[in-house]
Amino acid sequence: MISYNFFKRIMPQMIILGVVLFLNLLVFPDFFVIEFQNGRLFGNVIDVLNRGAPTALLCIGMTLVIATKGIDLSVGAVMAIAGATAASLVVDGHYWLTAVIGALTVGAICGLWNGFLVAILRIQPIVATLVLMVAGRGVAQLITEGTILTFLDEGLIHLGAGTVFGIPTPVLIWIFLGGLAAFFVRRTALGMLIESIGINEASSRLAGINSRILLICVYVVSGICAAVAGVIVAADIQGADANNAGLWLELDAILAVVIGGNSLLGGRFSIVASLLGAIIIQSVNSLILLSGMPPEFNLVIKALLILAILVIQSPRVGHLIYIMRASSPPIKSDPLTPAKESNR
Amino acid sequence: MTNDPTPMLHATGISKFFPGTIALDDVEITLNRGEIHALLGENGAGKSTLIKCLTGVYRRDGGEITLDGKHVNPQSTNHSQILGIGTVYQEVNLLPNLTVAENLHLGRQPMYGPFVARRAMNAAAKKSLLEFGIDIDPAQPLSDYPVAIQQIVAIARAVEMSGKVLILDEPTASLDLDEVKLLFSVIRQLKARGIAVVFITHFLDQVFEICDRATVLRNGQVVGTRELNQVSQTDIISLMLGRQLEARLQEPKPKSSGTLLLQIKELGKSGMLAPFNLNIHKGEVVGLAGLLGSGRTETANLIFGAVKADFGQLKLHNKHIQINNPRDAVAHGFALCPEDRKTEGIVGDLSVRENIILALQARQGWLRPISRRKVDEIAQHYVRTLDIRLANLEMPIRLLSGGNQQKVLLARWLATDPDFLILDEPTRGIDIGAHSEIIALIGQLQKDGMALLVASSEMEELVTYANRVIVLRDHKQVGELTGAEITSNNIIRAIAAETEHEGIA
Repeated sequence: MISYNFFKRIMPQMIILGVVLFLNLLVFPDFFVIEFQNGRLFGNVIDVLNRGAPTALLCIGMTLVIATKGIDLSVGAVMAIAGATAASLVVDGHYWLTAVIGALTVGAICGLWNGFLVAILRIQPIVATLVLMVAGRGVAQLITEGTILTFLDEGLIHLGAGTVFGIPTPVLIWIFLGGLAAFFVRRTALGMLIESIGINEASSRLAGINSRILLICVYVVSGICAAVAGVIVAADIQGADANNAGLWLELDAILAVVIGGNSLLGGRFSIVASLLGAIIIQSVNSLILLSGMPPEFNLVIKALLILAILVIQSPRVGHLIYIMRASSPPIKSDPLTPAKESNR
Repeated sequence: MTNDPTPMLHATGISKFFPGTIALDDVEITLNRGEIHALLGENGAGKSTLIKCLTGVYRRDGGEITLDGKHVNPQSTNHSQILGIGTVYQEVNLLPNLTVAENLHLGRQPMYGPFVARRAMNAAAKKSLLEFGIDIDPAQPLSDYPVAIQQIVAIARAVEMSGKVLILDEPTASLDLDEVKLLFSVIRQLKARGIAVVFITHFLDQVFEICDRATVLRNGQVVGTRELNQVSQTDIISLMLGRQLEARLQEPKPKSSGTLLLQIKELGKSGMLAPFNLNIHKGEVVGLAGLLGSGRTETANLIFGAVKADFGQLKLHNKHIQINNPRDAVAHGFALCPEDRKTEGIVGDLSVRENIILALQARQGWLRPISRRKVDEIAQHYVRTLDIRLANLEMPIRLLSGGNQQKVLLARWLATDPDFLILDEPTRGIDIGAHSEIIALIGQLQKDGMALLVASSEMEELVTYANRVIVLRDHKQVGELTGAEITSNNIIRAIAAETEHEGIA
């Protein structure tokens, strides 16, 4: 399945990631050094992968939602709800796995709600998910009863702060889920059908595609991904913070999808490219941190770097590059009209 | 009326090409001073393309325009307004939150130093509207007034700015009878002032009521210009729908095999289509004829479940079936190639391969993907048998020409091996070559025993392949022609029957 087209698709993201990582190396020569201490890998690269986990998880679902021409603004709030659910369940003495399953179920229900508003009531996705974005933090606060709900359950904490074979668990989780999702949508016909809906829902419906169910499904997947991210974040700080968990992360996730070269107008998508986008964002964060700039510069510099990335990817610049390439060597084939057509 | 014999506007050799189609082919039109000239034709005949070429929205690929004796070359809507050609569209493009006077004078308000001379502006607006016989307060927001008044304000604005040629694109589509009368009185005044008015509409009664001459377009060509007091509605309809193939010898059509496939009983939807009955047999082509808006597309959509019917029953192979959406229809072996290929047919950014496989895959469900080898086999099979011209299967379908897109859509449905294929305007907007190939394909599918329902505005096409023709008018079935009865003349007569009757009464 890994074909030439696949590499061509993710090449821009790979190049950008390479450049950002190189900049990291310039400001911090030991950037790529990885050490093995106390049964755990340490290093800046590991850190980037680990810190990038929540955004990466969010952008799996967000990619699918955006491919259907939608958007899910509620993922940050769903993270808070899921974190609060997991925390309150273990605090009540439930087994950690039960707590995780409970959190994922809540995430799925949140997604179902969004899907219902979008697919059945036909509310515009940005408005529909805004409802839960605003209300979700309130729900989370109700669950935690207004406090930061801390817990000491080893099993749950492991998901956020533990390691497996020396690799931080969050890294394994997002790589596994991301790979699974990417593989699943391409090995089944799901990817094509989702793209079809995103490009032209009327045509897709007339072709017999059950667009409602598919739309609901992508929002549910997005809700579940957000729940996983919420559990990881809560486990990492050993507490559920209804106000701050996942705050503004929905924007990072959308940005990651965009950096991944997916159009907000829906259609063609690549989960792998989105995941690279998430890692690019985290690498930019790391770059700012390592460069030793005063922290007040952070947001401005991040904005500038991301602006640069988006400009490079913009259709105008892309067209210019295309023209520059096309004008140098002779064009080999005329793709549209074979000679036969004109004979008629 | 002025007596100047030179025409107000004369356009010759107007041509416009779009990729894969010729939208306008050497079109000539003459507008006299003080004349109301109807521009007629079915959808896609080239009316709006012609208007856009005359007003500079499109850059024409050939031809010359003479306005008031001078060569002109309008570059944009603005430019054509300055030259003297004004356009008013069906959906009024004015600013509803501004006052009537502001709308009339936008961009050229009377000034008083740096300020708008509001009183003078209102007075001027009042005066110019009074000339049209409308007495309203121009200081009120435009949105306070009904569409007809808004329409007339738009006309007044266009006339004051341009004043030589006024193009009215479907001005009466959303007006009631009294409003139409009001609008017509305004148009007659413009005629008296010597302005050349172009009137585009689908309402033939209105054309005969107000217009002096009519130019009829079909497939991007002028098929005739007529003095309206010398012709009947039937003449105009036959011009619009065409019957030049009449003389061609008809191949004997294959007889339908006779097994009843689908029985439709009292299927309908209120406000959309009156209940109708229809039986369709295997190996039979049933044609749907009628003017635009007569209910052809609605019939196709109701049967396929694209629009849910209010009432009615379907029986397939003598068993009751329920069709609530296209998914159900596909499951029962139905297929529909919709009229509007671009918005309802193709999935533009998906590859040709994916577009071909889409319906089959949707029917199988996403969990059972069709293997790549099978997909390629199916896609290549149809590319070969339907002679689809493309560089490769990976290219997005939107890059194909209209005819090839239509063939891909046919392939999409043929891949599902349907029992019953509904084609809505299968040959609209495609080049002549693909046109005849698709007609041949319809004949072939019929021979293979498929049942087809074909809605078309092209009479001679229906005559070529249909075993039966259902005639629709005003969202009702009004007639059925079978066998030797199916001729262009009879179809046109059936369509025109009632309108003609009203015209005489």
